[in-house]
Amino acid sequence: MTATETAVETVDLTDTPIRELNQRLHDAAEGGPQRWRIIHPGGIHAIAAGVNAPLEIDIDGHVGYYCAGMNKEAQVRIHGSAGVGLAENIMSGSVIVDGDASQSAAATGRGGLVVVRGNAAARCGISMKGVNIVVEGNVGHLSGFMAQKGALVVCGDAGEALGDSIYETHIYVRGSVAELGADCIEKEFGDFHLAELTGLLAEAGVDCDAADFKRYGSARKLYNFDIDNADAY
Amino acid sequence: MCGIAGLFSKSTAFEQRLGDHLSDMLIQMADRGPDSAGVAFYRNPAPTGCSKLTLFSPDDQYSWDDLAGQLSKAFGGAHAPEVRASHAVIVVETDADDAGRWVIDNHPELRVMSAGQSIEIYKEKGDPRQFIERFGLRELSGTHALGHTRMATESIVTTEHSHPFSTGLDLCLVHNGSLSNHNRLREELRREGLTIQTDNDSEVAAAYLTWKMREGASLTEALESGLDDLDGFYTFAVGTADGFAVLRDPIACKPAVMSESDEWVAMASEYRAIAVLPGAETARVWEPEPGQVYIWEKQRV
Repeated sequence: MTATETAVETVDLTDTPIRELNQRLHDAAEGGPQRWRIIHPGGIHAIAAGVNAPLEIDIDGHVGYYCAGMNKEAQVRIHGSAGVGLAENIMSGSVIVDGDASQSAAATGRGGLVVVRGNAAARCGISMKGVNIVVEGNVGHLSGFMAQKGALVVCGDAGEALGDSIYETHIYVRGSVAELGADCIEKEFGDFHLAELTGLLAEAGVDCDAADFKRYGSARKLYNFDIDNADAY
Repeated sequence: MCGIAGLFSKSTAFEQRLGDHLSDMLIQMADRGPDSAGVAFYRNPAPTGCSKLTLFSPDDQYSWDDLAGQLSKAFGGAHAPEVRASHAVIVVETDADDAGRWVIDNHPELRVMSAGQSIEIYKEKGDPRQFIERFGLRELSGTHALGHTRMATESIVTTEHSHPFSTGLDLCLVHNGSLSNHNRLREELRREGLTIQTDNDSEVAAAYLTWKMREGASLTEALESGLDDLDGFYTFAVGTADGFAVLRDPIACKPAVMSESDEWVAMASEYRAIAVLPGAETARVWEPEPGQVYIWEKQRV
């Protein structure tokens, strides 16, 4: 590795336009600085969206909408809270938020890991397709709506309509569930699930006992329309 | 989409710079609502026995001094109008209801934007940045203020259709969202005797709160019954003589962020409107829960 690749590139968003920052992060896939520090994010939208390289990105402060959206390979750490659509459609890599995340965190995510140290608001992991999500606090209503693949781990409580119309995502909740959504039920917690959850908690750096969680998933009554299941909608 | 900003001062030093800070917040919300902008400031309470009106005239050359003279003749005293662009604030030596009624009866060409002891409402169609300059908002002091930038969806873009909407004496409402049952509710509220001046959905929400509170509800109770009666998407911020309240619809269709520092309490549609406040980086920040009323009020001594 050359000196440029190990040095930390600092970008101040008070005097750098967001498009310029994101273009530089995209260009880094072809070489250049691999470690980035973004200061004064000031709630700006789309910070570090579309990164496509194994960069290490630290953001000092609160970010706006769609931070780290579509992330591929990069490790993004937000030393603050995040607005709507954090890590939307994440493909791989990791996005860690020290504070809270607003609505639709990790929505439609296809891979990688999203960790929220505080609470996530409504619609966390909506239509997730393979991402793993670990929330140390609570999640709001309609989390895991139509969730297809991956795991959603909630160390606190879950809001109403958890896992509504869920497919094959595994949902683990340690606290209370205000209400399960349509076709979402509590399911058996086997050795596979214990191992999966233990691994995710360790990966996220969360000190919780996997044995304290319950697992929720699909009753599989709504996969295909069946008139006998009309009441389940 | 619309933008909302609310700012409540916790120190007298901050009160002096309230207009400057609210203007900064409003500029951050300008691209959420480029059609119109408006603010409500709570400042300079009228002396005991007097009240304060904010009036709007579409006529740039309107003679506010003549109007003030007529008000002095009708109610006594002599108060110079404070003119800001198309609006004027006038102190009247009677209660706010009487003063407002006198204007409506005698000057149908004017619009009463607000009435009460300390509220002043300024609003205008057009770009929020120009609005701030035209009305000289940066120089305004005050205990607390609300602001709104509008992207119209439910009714036309005029000054009258802009927010805040006055909901009663010293009360006003700003709204991000849209209501779907406003037509029927407007007719019901009119039958209850409420005056609703436009076909705007948010004004119906304002009138609804006025009606509930007239029937004896507290602001919190009025907002909580709104959860059942107002159908649609909303984040509301409601200004009172003492502070402001915030309510999001139960499914959280519209965003809101709140923050508190030693000097201020703020709410906005997005954090970037709060990030411009002094000390924002170390202030507590959180997202208000859907369907829950949040209120900040000054302690009355």
